[in-house]
Amino acid sequence: MNWGRVSTVARTDLRQLIQAKDFWVPMMILGAIFFFFVPTILLLAITRVGDINAVQQLSNALEVLPQQAQDQIQGESPAGRAAYAMAVFLFAPVAVVVPLTISTAVGAATIVGERERGTGEFLAHSPAGVKEIYLGKLIASLIPGYLTTLVGFGVYSLVVNLIVGPEVGGWFFPTQQWWILMLWVVPPFLALTLSLVLRLSARVKSTAAAQQASGLVTLPLIMVAYSQSTGALFGAGSASIWIGAIAWIVAIVGLTQGMRVVTRARLLGVADGI
Amino acid sequence: MQALTDLDLTAPRESITVLLGPNGAGKTTAIRMITGALNPDKGQVRVFGLDPAVDGEEVRTRCGVVSAKPALYDRLTGWDNLAYSAELYGLGRGDAAATAIRSSATRFGIDDALDQQVGGYSTGMKTRLALARSVMHEPDLLLFDEPTSGLDPESSHAVLEMIREMADTGSTVVMCTHLLLEAEGLAEKVVVLEDGTDLIAGAPDELTQRYWPGMVVRLDAEDPVGLDRLAHAEGVMSYERHERGVAASGTGTGSATVQLDDLARVPELVFALAEAGVRVTRVEPRIPTLEDLYFAVRDGREAFSEKGHGDTGSAASDGKEVAA
Repeated sequence: MNWGRVSTVARTDLRQLIQAKDFWVPMMILGAIFFFFVPTILLLAITRVGDINAVQQLSNALEVLPQQAQDQIQGESPAGRAAYAMAVFLFAPVAVVVPLTISTAVGAATIVGERERGTGEFLAHSPAGVKEIYLGKLIASLIPGYLTTLVGFGVYSLVVNLIVGPEVGGWFFPTQQWWILMLWVVPPFLALTLSLVLRLSARVKSTAAAQQASGLVTLPLIMVAYSQSTGALFGAGSASIWIGAIAWIVAIVGLTQGMRVVTRARLLGVADGI
Repeated sequence: MQALTDLDLTAPRESITVLLGPNGAGKTTAIRMITGALNPDKGQVRVFGLDPAVDGEEVRTRCGVVSAKPALYDRLTGWDNLAYSAELYGLGRGDAAATAIRSSATRFGIDDALDQQVGGYSTGMKTRLALARSVMHEPDLLLFDEPTSGLDPESSHAVLEMIREMADTGSTVVMCTHLLLEAEGLAEKVVVLEDGTDLIAGAPDELTQRYWPGMVVRLDAEDPVGLDRLAHAEGVMSYERHERGVAASGTGTGSATVQLDDLARVPELVFALAEAGVRVTRVEPRIPTLEDLYFAVRDGREAFSEKGHGDTGSAASDGKEVAA
């Protein structure tokens, strides 16, 4: 394995993405909506709302959370407790949906796109190994989604601390569970999703078909990631460690299997089934 | 479906070998097998003495390929396209790569456009950039798959001149085309492919000599039947008459093609025809073109299906054999 070539393939794919404003502008807007606008509006509504009854009802609704989660909620006032719960527990899916959506969009086009543009011919005749091409494209698909998520996570942390912090006695976010979620649980789900998406991208005939099929395949995965992420936040620290560990194992198996799907014949578009 | 069957191809060093054949003849597949992008189900491929299926990385590093489509990244600049190739082919990212990029771009007259996005290039510029990319790492073997595809006549001529210059400076070139005129005067060796197999291979002069051992002369006459007396004239090796229709005067018009052992016999044959009252309207010595050869080979493929007739290349195998 020549890691220099892996890096070259990844950097070149990323350079092309940077040139594609029609791709990254909508993705930035998506990240901004999920990580900034929606939480800001909701948290401001809770902490600044004048309707005490509404906040009280929301605070009472927290009783449906697991006891372990309820014990973690900070804040003296109902508004503070409701905002804390909202910030820490209810926005977890955001951290999963955004990277999966962005990386799926990138990954779906990555191999079939080479074939459609005719550049697959260049790669097929180049000295780069198919595993190097696969890993390069995997990294190039993973980085935009994960980077957007990390930046969005930073913005979200700021929003949460600025709006909810005064209600609970100071800056508190990210919590330990969120760190684990972002650094340990989300990456393997992202890798697993991409291993499936790249397989599809190598097999289908057009980018449009790859996008459609990827949507179908990743939707259940997004739901699993959604539930597992939420569970990781609700549960104890060890639960999220285990969820992450299992996800990593499944992801590694998926990536290893997926590596076999990229062949020179598929880059050329002459393999059976294309 | 078999893309290639029993192909025997050897490309002499520092020369241009042209794979000639209609669409679907297997030309592109042959190139893909040479680099190991595709592997044969049976038979063997040897390039530089290596098996591309096993030593693919080394074989591909020593090859430069231009595909029928230029296979360039439209969103990237010309420089970035070349830099990508430089890195993949082991030139790295330093000064050596930059020098190779500038040098190859200058060679193909594309250096002024290197900072522009390739999406804005004309087809001719894209082909030049693809050619520059193919030679940047100084490959031992250049493989061009219909490099003038989509180009206007002027650009095609320029590209073919560049290819000729490459061979003149010591490169070994294998080029695919279905355009006979393109191969004419460029090919030092021609391999005629059809249905994935080579019908014939050799130097164009040698092949035309094989098909037309004598000089070919075409004669037109007002009464073409009168030309038939040439069939048994001294020095005539073969004779064929072609009826072309009826002239306004009501007399038949037509021509005949004769093969002579010596072009010097033409005056005496014309004189003999005139004496016999045959009015010859045109005498045209014909040097067979590659097009003549191509169609002669295709028309006579049953007779010439036997392998190895005059081929300067390697012996035929029971499978695919592609050597360079």
